[in-house]
Amino acid sequence: MKKLAILALGALALGVASAQSNVIKIASVSPLSGPQSALGTAIAQGAQMAIEDAQARFQQLGFQLQFAPQDDQATPDVGVAVARRIVNDPDLLAIVGHLNSGVAIAASEIYKDTNLAMVSPANTNPRVTDRGYLNVNRICGRDDVQGPVGAEYAVRVLRKQRLFVIHDKTPYGQGLAEAFAARARELGAQVVALVGTEEASNFQPLILQMRAQRPDLVYYGGIYDKGGVLVKQMRERGITATFMGGDGLDASDLVKIAGSAAKGVLFTTTAGPISTLPKAAEFARRYKAKFGKDPEAYAVYAYDAANVALAGIEAAIKANNGRKPTREQVARAIREVKLDGLTGRIEFDSKGDRKLSDYYVVGMKEAKYPGEVLRVIQFAPPAARQ
Amino acid sequence: MSRYIFPFTLAFTALSLLGALLQPQNGLTNLALVASVALVSLGKIPTAWRSGLLAILALALTVLLRLNPSDKIAFYGLLGVLMACFLLPNLSHLVRVALGVAILFIAVPIAGLSNSFLFELGIQIGIFAALALGLNVVVGQAGLLDLGFAAFFAVGAYTWGIFGSPQAAEFIQGFPPQGLPGNYLYLFMALAIITAAITGVLIGLPALRLRGDYLAIVTLGLGEVVRILANNLDKPLNITNGPQGITPVNRPESGLLGDILRLVGAEQIYGKPIDTYITYAFFFYLLVLLVIAVVLLVNIRLANSRFGRAWVAIREDEIAAKAMGIPLLPTKLLAFATGAAFSGVMGAIFAAKQTFVSPESFTLQASINILAFVILGGMGSIGGAVVGAAAVTVLNIGILKDFSDLLNTWRQTGVTILGYNMANLPPQLNPAKYERLVFGLILILMMIFRPEGLIPEQRHRAEMQEARQEAQEGGVK
Amino acid sequence: MTVADLLAILPQTILEGLLLGFVYAMVALGYTMVYGVLGLINFAHSEVFMIGAVIGLEVFRFWGNPEAPVIPNPFLLLLVALVFAAVGSGTMAVLVERFAYRPLRKRGSKNILVPMITAIGVSFLLQDLTRIYAALRHNEFNMQYRTYDALNTTLLLPFETTIQVKGILIIVVSLLMLFALTYLVNRTKLGKAIRAVSQDMQTASLMGINPDVIISRTFLVGGSLGGVAGVLFGLLYTNVTPYSGVLPGLKAFTSAVLGGIGNIPGATVGGLILGQLETLSGTYLPFLTNGNFGTEYKDVFAFLTLVLLLLFRPQGIFGQNVSEKV
Repeated sequence: MKKLAILALGALALGVASAQSNVIKIASVSPLSGPQSALGTAIAQGAQMAIEDAQARFQQLGFQLQFAPQDDQATPDVGVAVARRIVNDPDLLAIVGHLNSGVAIAASEIYKDTNLAMVSPANTNPRVTDRGYLNVNRICGRDDVQGPVGAEYAVRVLRKQRLFVIHDKTPYGQGLAEAFAARARELGAQVVALVGTEEASNFQPLILQMRAQRPDLVYYGGIYDKGGVLVKQMRERGITATFMGGDGLDASDLVKIAGSAAKGVLFTTTAGPISTLPKAAEFARRYKAKFGKDPEAYAVYAYDAANVALAGIEAAIKANNGRKPTREQVARAIREVKLDGLTGRIEFDSKGDRKLSDYYVVGMKEAKYPGEVLRVIQFAPPAARQ
Repeated sequence: MSRYIFPFTLAFTALSLLGALLQPQNGLTNLALVASVALVSLGKIPTAWRSGLLAILALALTVLLRLNPSDKIAFYGLLGVLMACFLLPNLSHLVRVALGVAILFIAVPIAGLSNSFLFELGIQIGIFAALALGLNVVVGQAGLLDLGFAAFFAVGAYTWGIFGSPQAAEFIQGFPPQGLPGNYLYLFMALAIITAAITGVLIGLPALRLRGDYLAIVTLGLGEVVRILANNLDKPLNITNGPQGITPVNRPESGLLGDILRLVGAEQIYGKPIDTYITYAFFFYLLVLLVIAVVLLVNIRLANSRFGRAWVAIREDEIAAKAMGIPLLPTKLLAFATGAAFSGVMGAIFAAKQTFVSPESFTLQASINILAFVILGGMGSIGGAVVGAAAVTVLNIGILKDFSDLLNTWRQTGVTILGYNMANLPPQLNPAKYERLVFGLILILMMIFRPEGLIPEQRHRAEMQEARQEAQEGGVK
Repeated sequence: MTVADLLAILPQTILEGLLLGFVYAMVALGYTMVYGVLGLINFAHSEVFMIGAVIGLEVFRFWGNPEAPVIPNPFLLLLVALVFAAVGSGTMAVLVERFAYRPLRKRGSKNILVPMITAIGVSFLLQDLTRIYAALRHNEFNMQYRTYDALNTTLLLPFETTIQVKGILIIVVSLLMLFALTYLVNRTKLGKAIRAVSQDMQTASLMGINPDVIISRTFLVGGSLGGVAGVLFGLLYTNVTPYSGVLPGLKAFTSAVLGGIGNIPGATVGGLILGQLETLSGTYLPFLTNGNFGTEYKDVFAFLTLVLLLLFRPQGIFGQNVSEKV
C-alpha cells in the first residue's frame, strides 16, 4: 500500500506536468545531498536566480520558463541516470552543471547524443571541452591555465622557492595542483612535495611534513571547505608559509571556516571580486536577501552559466520565428552567445572554452571576503590537444 | 469477505482498462491500472484468470506507453507485471516465459525507443541485480558478511576500462594508442570474471579465516584498499589515471543491431532515423539481459548443487558442517569467487556502457547499497536479490526523483496543499535535496515491518514465523 | 631530507597521533559496548558522534558569543558543552535504540543484518536531519568551532614539541572518561548487569535483570562517550559538517575490532594504536617511498596492518578466544 501511495503522488506529477504547454525548462544538475551538497546547492541557487529573473521576459515571448534542480549525488552512475531521465523531457532545453568533472564527462556523453546544451559553471578539467562537443561549454577557467597562472605569480612575483603542493584527490584539485607544480618546476622553483589527501578534517600528517620540509609557500588544489580547515590548522600549529590556491578557494565561507587564518590567503580566479563590478554587487545583495547568505564563486558562475543558456534560447526562439527551438538550434545559439556577465566578457571559442579569460590573482589583506585584486593576467585557452 | 475479492478485482480491472481506453493521457487512469496489477497479482483469484488478466494488463500498459512515452507510471506497472510473472506461485511455465519474453523484448523496447530513460533504468536494474545476486551468494547463501563488495565490481570495470581505452598505452609500450577495439569487450567479460574471481580469492584468503564481524571489517577495509589503489595508481606508473578516471572506453560495434532496428521499422517509433545513441541504449539493454539470464541460471544451478547445499550448511552451523566433512575454507572461497565473478562481468559492461570509469563509482556507499538490495529483497533468496535491486533502483533513480520534481513543480507554480502555499517553502528545503533522507526512512520502515525482506527465502520465512510465534507466546524476550 | 630532520618531527608526530587516538578510542567504546550487548555493528553511532560535535558547537555559539558571552570563561564553557553533548548524544542513542532497534528485537528477528540495515537507514536520516537543522537555523553546512586564545595557547615541550592547551584538555578529559567508564563497568551494579547481558542475555534475564533497560542504558553510556568525543574532535579539527561522523566512525569501528570487539580496554588500546598508525604512516610514507606512495596510502597501511594482526590474533588484541558451544 505504501508503494501505491507513492505511485499515486507520481501519477499526480504527470497530471500536473502534462497539463502545461509552451513550457521551457532549464535544469541544474549538481550534488544536492551528501558531503558536497553545499557546493552543489550554490550552483542550483545561482541558476535559480538567473531563471527567476528571466521568467517575465520569457512570458512576453509566450513561454513559461521553469527551473528543474536535479541531484546527481556527485557520482557518475547517478549523474548518468539523471542525464538519461532529463534528456527525455522535451521541454528541457539547457543544463547548468555539473560540479564534478568526473560526473560531467560521463553525463555529457548522453547530452551530446540529443545535442542538449550544457553550460558548466565548475568543470575546470581540460578534457571536458577538449572532446570538442558542440553542446558542451564552460564559464569557468581550465586547470591547465589556472595552475600555471598561479605558478607564475608564486615564483616570479612572490619569488617563492620551496613549494609544498597539496590536492584533494578530486579531478579538479589534482589537475590544478599538477599543472601548478609542473609550471613551477619549469620556472626553477623546487616542489618539495606533491601530495593528495581525501581527509576533510585531520590534516596533521601533512602539517608534520611541512615542519620537516619548511616550505615558503603551500599551494592547495581543492575547494574552500577543506582548504579553509587546512590553513586554519596550519596556522594553529605555527606554519607561516604563504597559502595559495585556485578558484575553489573563492568563497565567503573560506573566511568563516578559516577565521583569522584567512588573512594573507591568495587565490587565482576568473571571476573578478564582486567589488570590481557594480552588477556583481547588486547580484550579491539580492542573493543574500533571497537565500540568507553571501554568494560563493559557484553561485556567481552558475548565474552566468544560466544567463548564457537563457540568452542562447532567446536567440534561438527569435531565429525560429517565435516558436520553440530544437535542442540543436539552442546548442548552436549558445556557442554564439556574447554576453557581459558577472565574471566578465563571455564569448566561446570553437571548443566551448571562453575565448579570452581574465585571471585575477586575489589576496586577502584582512580576513575578509572578498579580497583585493593583486594582478590581472589575460590568458587564452590552449587549442585542443589530440 | 474473500469471495468478493475476485469479482471486485475483475470489475476494477475492467473499469481501469476502460478508463485507459477513453483517456489515455490521464495520470489517474494509469494509477488505476497499476492498482489493478497489484490486485490481480495479490488478490485471491483463479490462476487461469490471473494469467489472462496479467496478459491483458501488460498489453494495455504497453499501448499506453506507446501513446505517451514519458508516462513512467505505466512503466512501473509493466515492471510490476514482470515481477508478478517472475515470482507468483502456481503460474504455468508457459505463461511465465511468454509474458516475460513479451514484456522484456517487445513492450520495453517499444517504450524505450521513445523514452531512452527506460532502457537506462532497465540496464541499471540489470547491473545492480547481478551485483545483488553475487553478494547474495556470499551473504545470503554462505552467510559471510562482506562489506566491500563494490571492489569486485571495480576490478571488472577497470579490467576493460584500462585495456579498452587509450589508458593502457600510457604504461605499456607499443599498445594500440586508442586501446583495444570495442569488440574485445566480449573477451574481456570473460577476463573480468577471472580477474574478479582472483581478487575474490586474494581478499578471501586472509579474510575468511576470521569469523562474523571480523570478516565484515576486513572486507570493508580491503574494499576501501581497492578503491584507494584505483584512486592513487596514477603514479609512479599511470595505471588507473587516478581520480581523473578513464575515458573514452570503447564500446562494441552495434551496426548490426542498428540494421535490425531499421529493418523492423523502429524508426517510426523512434520518430527519427535510428542513430548510434538509441542503438547503444538498446544494445546494452540486451547485453545486460543476456548476462543476467546467464547469471541467474548459474546461480540457480549452483544453489541446488553440492556447493549450494554446502554453503547453506556453513551458514546454518559452521561446526556441524565441518563435522560432516565439508572443507570450510575452499567452500567459502568458492562462494567469494562466484560472487566476485558475477559482479566482475557486470563491471566490464558498466565500463563500456558509461564509456567512463572512475573510483567515485566504487565507494563504501556503493557496497552498502548492494547489501541493502540483498537484505531488502530477502536474504538468501535469488528472486529476492533481483526484486531488491529492482525496487531500490526504481526508487532511487525513478520514483524519488519524480517525487522531488513534482514537489518542485508545485513550488514554482504555487500549488496549495492543506492550506500551505508551496511557494513559501524556504529555499533550504528544496525537495531535490532530501532523496537520501526518504530512502533512509524507507529502509528503517521496511526493516521494522518486513524484516525477512520482500521475497523471503523459504527457510528464513519458516524461521521468522517460528520466532514470531515464540515472541507471541510470551517467550523470554 | 636527512634522517635527523625526520627524527626531529617524530615526537610531535607521536603526540598528534595520541590526540587522534583518544578521539578514536572514545568513539570505539560506543561501538564495542553496543556490540557486546547486542552483537550489532551500530553504524548509526558515527552520527551520534557527529551530533555530539554539533551540540557542543551550539553551546559555544549561544553561550560563548564574544560580544555578549553568557559564560565568559572558555574552560567553563567547554565543560558545559561537554555535559550537553554527552546528555544530548546519549539521549539520541537511546531514542535510536528505542524506535529503530527494539521493535526488531520484539519481533524476534535473529538475523543480525536486519538491524544493521536499519542502522544504515538511521544514519542517512540523522545526517540529513542535521543538514536541515543547520540549513534552517544558520544557513550553513560547514559549522565552525569558535577559537579562544586561552584554549589555543601553545606550550613548548621538550624535543621541540608543542602542544596547545586544548590538546592537554583532550588528553585529560579522555583519561577521566576512560577511568569513569572502567569504574562503571567493573564496580557498579549497572556495570555488572551490562556484563551479564553481554555474556548471555537469556540467563541474565532469568537472574532478574531487565535486558531492555540494560540495553537502553548501554546505548546511553556509549552515546554519551561518543558525544564527548564529538566535542573534542570539533575542538581539535575545528570544522564540523553533517557528514563529519562517517570517516572517524569507520576508523573507530576499525579500532574496536583491532582491540577485540566487545572488549572495553581493547577498544581504548585499539583506538590509540590506530591513531599512531595513521599519523605515523601519513607523515612518513612520502619520505620513505620517495614521494611515490604518499599520505593518501595511510588508510591502506592501517587496514593492511589490521588484516595482518587479525591473521595472527583472529580475536583482536584483547579479545578472548571463545570456544564454540556445540
